[in-house]
Amino acid sequence: MKVYLDNGSTTPVAKEVVDAMLPYFTERFGHPIFLYSYGQEAADAVEQSQKTIARTINAKPVEILFTSGATEANDIALRGVAYANRKRGNHIITTKIENPSVLRTCDRLESEGFKVDYLPVDGEGFVDVAKLEEKLNDKTILVSVANVNDEIGTIESVEKIGKLLRDRKEKIYFHVNAAAGYARVPVDVGRISADLVSLSAHKIHGPKGVGALYIREGMPVEPVSYGYVSLFNLKPGTENVPGIVGFAKAAELAFDEFDRHANHMRKLRDKLISGFERVPYSVINGPRGDKRSPANVNCSFKGLEGESMLLHLDLNGISVATGSACSTRKLEPSHVLTAIGVKPEVAHGTIRFTLSRYNTEEEIDHTLEVVPRVVEQLRKISPVKPEEL
Amino acid sequence: MPVEYTERGMLKYTEKLIERFRNPKNIGELKDPTVVATEGDPTCGDMFRMFMKIENGRIEDVKFLSFGCAANIATGDMTADLIKGKTVEEAEKLQIKEIVDGLGELPAIKMHCATLAYKTLKKALTEYKQKQASGAQAQPKGYRCRS
Repeated sequence: MKVYLDNGSTTPVAKEVVDAMLPYFTERFGHPIFLYSYGQEAADAVEQSQKTIARTINAKPVEILFTSGATEANDIALRGVAYANRKRGNHIITTKIENPSVLRTCDRLESEGFKVDYLPVDGEGFVDVAKLEEKLNDKTILVSVANVNDEIGTIESVEKIGKLLRDRKEKIYFHVNAAAGYARVPVDVGRISADLVSLSAHKIHGPKGVGALYIREGMPVEPVSYGYVSLFNLKPGTENVPGIVGFAKAAELAFDEFDRHANHMRKLRDKLISGFERVPYSVINGPRGDKRSPANVNCSFKGLEGESMLLHLDLNGISVATGSACSTRKLEPSHVLTAIGVKPEVAHGTIRFTLSRYNTEEEIDHTLEVVPRVVEQLRKISPVKPEEL
Repeated sequence: MPVEYTERGMLKYTEKLIERFRNPKNIGELKDPTVVATEGDPTCGDMFRMFMKIENGRIEDVKFLSFGCAANIATGDMTADLIKGKTVEEAEKLQIKEIVDGLGELPAIKMHCATLAYKTLKKALTEYKQKQASGAQAQPKGYRCRS
């Protein structure tokens, strides 16, 4: 049995999405900037896709900028707003648990003279809104917080943060990276008072290489890359029309029965969590219940190392991600686990299971049968005793 | 905030390495070992414990325990195979390259795994020789991650 439980990394493209995309490679291949019918057909497709994506987050179609993914959306949001507002201020606030696409861009901005504050989080990954308020000053131009943490599934109080920023006299822009949260938890740009929201297609059964940035109408954003401009000034180059069409189709499918999908994932999530709680010396990371993404389970199995676990699970047909250093190229345990206070020796034995609407109860049963077996097997050969960690 | 800037490229294991990881021949504990050595630190994400049975200067049996990744387990198993049956003097001449070559190759970022197996071996042999000389227990040295 093959069980794919790394949907937080990427997802299989839905059949309906592929079908929707295919004509845009061949018979409807036109460049959307041109007036002949091929061009208009492509332009219509982009426009329709803007409408579809806008509807899912309660935005206006013109506020949707298609990008190459959430990484690029984050880059345009952070640097674009920072550059456009540098005369007014140079202070940015984010958190210690953001995705590297946000943290690396902040790193870059720091090297250019911007000041960035990285808010700590509590043991479940929650940002303290009062602490955020303390950090605000008259130089603050931007706050960036993900609505859902991609590793431990914490649903942040973005609505509260948005309200706090909205009530300030000086405009402070609010960016929400919703790559992990989109189609898992509702995102309403009005409700959370967000000025910018990053979205990704390939995490919702759409194609890789496409995403979007919601940009509140009329706000100043400076381009961060230059060149031939087709439809969008902030994203030069010819639009990835088939990708955009695929993204819209994926969003349509995800939001068509949003509640049913979320409930399904939530049920599987809770089944996994209660199964792992029965494994000795295991710790669930992140919050429980309504404050956790329906799609995320994160568990540390003490006394073993995550990469070995990942590979053994793979040999049993189960694909997962790990917070261990060994599986990545940087040899440091996950910065998110570190931020919530997980000791490195425990963080190294951490596995992330991320669900999609396509996962089944049988797959979860299989996982719950395999995981305890692999944990026991690896603990047997480990010189580190789980009870001592 | 410092963010790691990492090398790009694929992280791939050879079939030989995966086979050793799946079916290590030398994993486990050894009863009545002549010498036991531990290197690494779980806070760094990898740790080895090597057990050796040495009789008349010859390594009769080797087993190891591993807290670590697939490369950690595979390099430990390879190291054990390479020194089993050899004299202490022969084992001392083992090179890291031989461990890596035995697995085909090792991703650059996993090279420290081979180093850790090698260091554990060196430590075991040193302890054995000190034991032979004085019967005293060797003092464990402090360990630094990825050193």
